[in-house]
Amino acid sequence: MSWKLFELLVQASFYTVQISFISITIGLVIGTAVSAASLSPNRALSISGRTFVSFFRGVPLLVQLLLIYNLLPALGINVPSVVAAITGLSLCTAAYQAENLRGGFQSVPRGLLEAADMVGLSSFQQFRRIKAPIALRLALPSLVNEAIMILKASSLVSVVGIVELTRMAQDLAASTYRPIELFSAAGLLYLIINWLIAWGGSVFERSFRWGRP
Amino acid sequence: MTTPAISVRGLIKRFGDVEVLHGIDLDIPQGQVSCLIGPSGSGKSTLLRCMAFLEEATDGLIFINGEPLGYAPGPQGKPVRLPAARIRAVRSQIGMVFQQFNLWPHMTALGNVSEALKTVHGVRKSEAEERAMVQLKKVGLAERAGHYPSQLSGGQQQRVAIARALALEPKIMLFDEPTSSLDPELTGEVLNVMRALAADGMTMVVVSHEIGFAAAVCQQIAFLDNGKLLMTGTPQEIFGKPRHPRLDQFLDTYLDRGAAMLV
Repeated sequence: MSWKLFELLVQASFYTVQISFISITIGLVIGTAVSAASLSPNRALSISGRTFVSFFRGVPLLVQLLLIYNLLPALGINVPSVVAAITGLSLCTAAYQAENLRGGFQSVPRGLLEAADMVGLSSFQQFRRIKAPIALRLALPSLVNEAIMILKASSLVSVVGIVELTRMAQDLAASTYRPIELFSAAGLLYLIINWLIAWGGSVFERSFRWGRP
Repeated sequence: MTTPAISVRGLIKRFGDVEVLHGIDLDIPQGQVSCLIGPSGSGKSTLLRCMAFLEEATDGLIFINGEPLGYAPGPQGKPVRLPAARIRAVRSQIGMVFQQFNLWPHMTALGNVSEALKTVHGVRKSEAEERAMVQLKKVGLAERAGHYPSQLSGGQQQRVAIARALALEPKIMLFDEPTSSLDPELTGEVLNVMRALAADGMTMVVVSHEIGFAAAVCQQIAFLDNGKLLMTGTPQEIFGKPRHPRLDQFLDTYLDRGAAMLV
């Protein structure tokens, strides 16, 4: 396989990383809000949070992407396909991240919040200073897992016309008749990126040791 | 007569269908140590938690230095809930120490003690930490300031928890079985800190199984059984003869274990 082909694959993998990174970040913001809504004592909020999760977790990502890609123009909203792709990925990962975070929030011991109540922290201060850091620590391994899943799932956005790593490998394989080399190279690139995510995750986890060996 | 530090009036607490406190009336005098004793399930921890408004009473009122906490007397005698900011303001007079310490695991000892000063009271970080250090010194843990809770023994964690409560200069300190999850050796260091606090004239309410501590340090003892306040009085009145038969029975279980050297 020529160096030129590999370079094209590496370029496409940057695109994969970009789309995934943006989607994971947006997903984390939406996911935090959705998990907070699901846990809210307000009935309407908690029902809408749980409905969000069951929809975006229950419908295949591929179907979601095709739906968003076709729905937006039908509603008169013309957006580039990359926006449709990021929207689909973000909403889907938000649902999973919301569930991971919900588990984290629910595992924060009640007594820690009573102690916060007694020294006068308001509910927002408790969320920011006590609940969020502890929930994040508890949810971190599953969030890293989710980031890896989304990076791999981003290959699906090729259905809305995005030429990311998998699609590039397919295109090049079709024009060069060398599928084995190209798909091996693509697989290797996915592996390297995910290894980097896992490594970054474990470095980040170490900053959450809080005195434990 | 001075206003009691805490007044409990007609306190009833139900968990579902189970009534655990059947109408408690109790005054906690200023500047004294009051102990709540009684068998497990007698409602003493629930009573203490109601005094801090960590449990909402089903009926009845709590007054902290004369101000209603949580609910105020309403027009038709029905208690009315006070706004959250008002509850925080009245509660700021109380410090609480828990059986399970409840230190925040992601903050160092210094962080735990200075947190509320910084976040709630807007004190500058350097000043908050200075004030936190004063409290850590008081409980003998100045050199452990940078340690996380996971790096401290149970007794040290409980002393940090006491420093955390003291940092806000409360007028009243509540202790909910502060030594129940400590082994006897570590119990001593926590009780010593509490003795020093009592000697300073702090108003304290202590729920404890340490009958020896209750007899030696408390000026007032309240004996609860099955959700009722059976008797209150000085240690002499409570432990001297003649005794309430239920108290006798309760103390016997301590004597059996050789724990009540006092009587």
